[in-house]
Amino acid sequence: MAVTKARAIPSPPTNPETQACWDAASQGKLLIKRCAACGESHWYPRALCPFCGSDRTEWQEASGRGTVYSYSVFRRAPVPYAIAYVTLAEGPTMMTNIVDCDLDAIRIGQAVRVNFKATEDGGPPVPMFSPA
Amino acid sequence: MTIKGKAYLAGVFEHPTRKADTQSLAQLHAESAKGALEDAGLNRADVDGYFCAGDAPGLGGLSMADYMGLKLRHIDTTETGGSSYVIHVAHAAEAIALGKCNVALITLAGRPRAEGMATGTAPRNYGSAAPDVAFEYPFGPTVVNQYAMAAMRHMHQYGTTSAQLAWIKVAASQHAQHNPHALLRDVVTVQEVLDSPIIADPLHRLDCCVITDGGGAIVVTKPEIARSLKRPRVPLLGAGEAVKHQLGGRIDLTYTGATWSGPAAFAEAGVKPADVKYVSIYDSFTITVLITLEDLGFAPKGQGGKLVADGNLISGVGKLPFNTDGGGLCNNHPANRGGLTKVVEAVRQLRGEAHPKVQVKNCDLALAHGTGGSLATRHGSATLIMGRE
Repeated sequence: MAVTKARAIPSPPTNPETQACWDAASQGKLLIKRCAACGESHWYPRALCPFCGSDRTEWQEASGRGTVYSYSVFRRAPVPYAIAYVTLAEGPTMMTNIVDCDLDAIRIGQAVRVNFKATEDGGPPVPMFSPA
Repeated sequence: MTIKGKAYLAGVFEHPTRKADTQSLAQLHAESAKGALEDAGLNRADVDGYFCAGDAPGLGGLSMADYMGLKLRHIDTTETGGSSYVIHVAHAAEAIALGKCNVALITLAGRPRAEGMATGTAPRNYGSAAPDVAFEYPFGPTVVNQYAMAAMRHMHQYGTTSAQLAWIKVAASQHAQHNPHALLRDVVTVQEVLDSPIIADPLHRLDCCVITDGGGAIVVTKPEIARSLKRPRVPLLGAGEAVKHQLGGRIDLTYTGATWSGPAAFAEAGVKPADVKYVSIYDSFTITVLITLEDLGFAPKGQGGKLVADGNLISGVGKLPFNTDGGGLCNNHPANRGGLTKVVEAVRQLRGEAHPKVQVKNCDLALAHGTGGSLATRHGSATLIMGRE
């Protein structure tokens, strides 16, 4: 069993457009964007909807539940880690890591839940996922 | 309006170096340009259009025009990663058809080996202003683990196997053994690919392309000039370009922009996949080839594994000879951008100038395809169909 080990996580560069997302992350909440004009949720969050172009996008708290769409364990890295795309219950698919689990037991379709992890240099935590 | 028959690929050159310890980046661009112009039978003063991408040093096209002493009336620095140069051929044809230039020069060069660049395994970061970086860079996306996720999903969804992917490398190695310039000339077996170390599940070391220094260049010109030259004539018959991205989070790793660029190129050329005698397919990784061949229509979606297996991509053996120079998997991947050399080998095939051991008989219709960026989530796709006169 190859359990995930701690990896130094670079802090995400923030900007005014996405600051609310990182403020929420610090409180353990996963915010995504939903468009009030077309009703679609999207990721990564944008001020302008990538589906219809409207600027009426709003923050939406996601459930933090999802399933693994794809993944890859980066064996050659100094500290092997699992990169993944997780499809949220709300629809959008996001890049993430699968952590606090057996790297060899990760499977496509597996149910996962959000698990925020601290980043370097005092940056905001980032949304990773672990088996549900 | 169409570019069909409006422009010819008159000169091509692949820089012979694979490790450029003694040359500068600008020098590699200029040496490549000189080689392609000599191949065409043209000279530097004939060039009035210049095309380059993000690998060009300094101010890109401006710096290289300055270095080479070009007098230009058309410039295009479209940047779509490794597919840029394939798109440049099409844009050059458009400019020529509109009378904006007569002789278009396209160059590529890079020194990732000499500079010790961690090409495929270092997390990618395009700068803090990139809108996606905050939502990806913390998770360690590298070139190889992103392409690996596409392979993992394809295997899950369609039953594609590592052995099928390995056949792509085997075919490339069969071709590379005849190329004296190829970085890797040893023939490998499916088992040797499967026995090589896993880099990022499910991709093995031998599923990955080489890292090389070097470069290349292409000269595109109008019909009147092409007819005045002594080289075999290779007309551009059709072209397509597309950008595939994350679709706002509706990510689908099983297809690429070739789904759109391919049909556009086939429609313009008035041909279909079954007519094509030779294909150059961008092969950053084995999975890139498999998905691209499906998207271009050479196999139904999900059945690319059957298409590439059992030597079917080997010249003289299989139905669809590909990358007869050894491709990026064995021969050359200059500047970590493989699009230009794909066009070069297709032109060699159409001229009958490929190595005799890999030359496709009566090769009168060829396709070259470039993929640049992150497979299926942010990449440029470019398809060219070329003929012979």
